[in-house]
Amino acid sequence: MIPLIGLVLGVLLGLVVSPEVPVWLQPYLPIAVIAALDAVFGATRAALEGIFNDRVFVISILSNVVVAGLIVFLGNQLGVGAQLSTGVVVVLGLRIFSNVAAIRRHLLGA
Amino acid sequence: MPGTPRPRGALERIRRRAGHDPTPEQARRRLRAITSLRLAPGQVVAAVITALLGVALVAQVRAQDEAGLSQLRESELVALLDDVSGRVDDLQQEVLELEADRRRLEGQQGDVAAAEAARERLQSYAILAGTAPVTGPGISVIVDDPDGGMTQTMLLDAIQELRDAGAEAIQVGSVRVVASSHVGVAEGAGGGSVTLDGAVLVPPFRIVAVGEPDTLAGGLAIPGGFLDSLRGAGATVQVVEGDEVLVDAVRPTPDLRWAEPVPATPSS
Repeated sequence: MIPLIGLVLGVLLGLVVSPEVPVWLQPYLPIAVIAALDAVFGATRAALEGIFNDRVFVISILSNVVVAGLIVFLGNQLGVGAQLSTGVVVVLGLRIFSNVAAIRRHLLGA
Repeated sequence: MPGTPRPRGALERIRRRAGHDPTPEQARRRLRAITSLRLAPGQVVAAVITALLGVALVAQVRAQDEAGLSQLRESELVALLDDVSGRVDDLQQEVLELEADRRRLEGQQGDVAAAEAARERLQSYAILAGTAPVTGPGISVIVDDPDGGMTQTMLLDAIQELRDAGAEAIQVGSVRVVASSHVGVAEGAGGGSVTLDGAVLVPPFRIVAVGEPDTLAGGLAIPGGFLDSLRGAGATVQVVEGDEVLVDAVRPTPDLRWAEPVPATPSS
């Protein structure tokens, strides 16, 4: 519950402060957000499976964000930034779907 | 796996014991445990991270809302470019049409200017041909010659001097002096009186000329000229310069029977 409240508070804070995204961060932020979402769903699943570990959660979310950013950076350097970003988004989307499916199975048994 | 119930059941038991695949009851219990407001350190860390995620999410959504062309995909950019190119073509077409319109209108303005020029030329021709009354600065000469001392030559002199002095319209008595005017002598009881275009000049009469008043008066007043000779013949002459004299005698438009303009030859 507290993480959910944290998410809501963060959204509200973002709405109130409406932070300006710095230019250097602009290519990486969308991918980073998707990666973090993936980690959040993974954490939810882990919590339902009783194996949630806050240290693992922090490390996974940070590594997800950093790796996603690195992939985008590398893609931009190689001139395939758009394609690599698409690939990252597809993979993360697949993982989010599978995590959500697992959560659904755990909670509903179906 | 679906076709082998026994190994699957064993595997499930193992996995459930390890916590990887909970039963729905276990999962719901754990969900309740998560949703209870218990301040475990792990929950606080997760809350901080999800709060950061929330801020990033909103910031990204906002940035996406304000994003310009740089955020668009290639196909969208191509579509946009097509759209803009089509619009540019349309506008260029419109520019061409409007320029054609402008040229047409300017041509009409040229027609107006030509009509204005033609009207002015017609006016000056009307003044020269004496078909229109004229007013303007000039002089008025009153000649009282009861003895009939004025000769044909004196009147010719007067007209000549006035023309030389730049008179633009001349009227003698009630006759407008034009290019075809002629001065003659009518034989009569008094020995002979001067006629202008066949009309006898009965003194006293007035000579009115439109032009630069000082020059006109000076032209008549030169020694041995019109004024001198008339006064020598016993007539009284009075010259009045005016800012506004009226030449009101007009002539009908001449009906030319013989003369025709030579057509302009392009080669010459």
